[in-house]
Amino acid sequence: MDVAAALDRLAPQLSPSATGAVNARRLSGGASLETWAFDLSDGTPLILRRRPDAALPRETALPLASEAALIRAAEAVGAPTPTVLKVCTPDDQLGEAYVMRRLEGETLGRRITRDEAFAAVRPGLARRCGEVLAQIHAAPTTNLPPLAISDARGELERYEGIYRDLDARRPILEAAFRWLKATAPPPPERPVLIHGDFRNGNLMIHPEQGLVGVLDWELAHLGDPAEDLGWICVNSWRFGAWRKPVGGFGDYAELLAGHGGDISLERVQFWQALGSLKWAVMCLMMYQSFATGADRSIERAMIGRRTSEAEIDLVTLMEGAT
Amino acid sequence: MISHPTAAELAAGLAAFEAEPATPEDARHVFLSRVADNARAILAREAEHGAKLQAEATERLAALLGQTGDFETLNDQLCQALRQGKIAPLAPALLAHLRAMAIGQIAIDQPGYGGLAALLDRGDRT
Repeated sequence: MDVAAALDRLAPQLSPSATGAVNARRLSGGASLETWAFDLSDGTPLILRRRPDAALPRETALPLASEAALIRAAEAVGAPTPTVLKVCTPDDQLGEAYVMRRLEGETLGRRITRDEAFAAVRPGLARRCGEVLAQIHAAPTTNLPPLAISDARGELERYEGIYRDLDARRPILEAAFRWLKATAPPPPERPVLIHGDFRNGNLMIHPEQGLVGVLDWELAHLGDPAEDLGWICVNSWRFGAWRKPVGGFGDYAELLAGHGGDISLERVQFWQALGSLKWAVMCLMMYQSFATGADRSIERAMIGRRTSEAEIDLVTLMEGAT
Repeated sequence: MISHPTAAELAAGLAAFEAEPATPEDARHVFLSRVADNARAILAREAEHGAKLQAEATERLAALLGQTGDFETLNDQLCQALRQGKIAPLAPALLAHLRAMAIGQIAIDQPGYGGLAALLDRGDRT
């Protein structure tokens, strides 16, 4: 597959003044999804998201056409997103793929929480995250692509099932499953559109304009709005700035007020704890691909040793609940 | 005591990476080299502190469960007791053990992780 040549041929469809595409370069090395940056000959900066040719279908990830449709739905309700220009068809010879605008800004969490360049926008960021999540959660759900529906109890059962299959002996996770099962909130009256991976790292932050794009929609589903609010508070995405629960840059009250004051802190902190528990199980799963030989890279082995970061966060949360 | 991966598995993964031809111009290789450095640091810390941590954990487990046995046996019993509801997840004696375990393991896996400071900060306040 010659991605650069295919983009060059596609260029006139992406902008009437473009005759070709230049500077095509792969940005991320994910096994399940490729991200390419490129420019049109008229200077328009763009991004291609595509499924690698040999990628195995993933149970939880959405088809890229659905991801593109969700970005458009979020844009329609005013959420900051990169505008989708084109969902590719087989004629485009790019496989499963779509093209969107390339936004200017930073996604690296460590820079967003620490760099002087973002000092001016950091104070308003948690509130803005709450506002943007409220927009996403208010999106009409009638015309969305097919999405899974989940709630707290269902997620706990799903992840406990995965944990049991891994046959690990982790008393902190055992205790956390019991604790959270006893305190799980009932499903929301009406499941709403959930981004599913709304955290520092998946947000494009501009040094002056703040949050300019919500990225990586592949885990979107319908569910409890508190899930998105809790996930951005998981300590693993605070990049060392642990005193600022929202992404390492803001406080709970700002996030909740931005969302409209309709969700309790207690419910958000439940989902935050469930988020740490899910992250622990995900780390074990990624280690498992090393143990079984599916992926013998040192990276896969090492991510297993991040389970303990989620565990220490769970202990802190359990102590706080007594 | 520490698994997923054990130190032996981690050392095997590290040896396999070191046996690969170095391609310093390749971004993926540069990234994996940093991961390998972290793996070496974990193995060094575990070699130094692992045995002591396991002995302390085994002692705490024996007191908590009122049983004797090696770490794996007692840790397995604790997991079973939690799963069967015989020990409540927020019982103070349990949490004291889990806290010590979490602190011991993060000191090996990721001593700079912010969650360690967060947990110690809580302890200081209460």
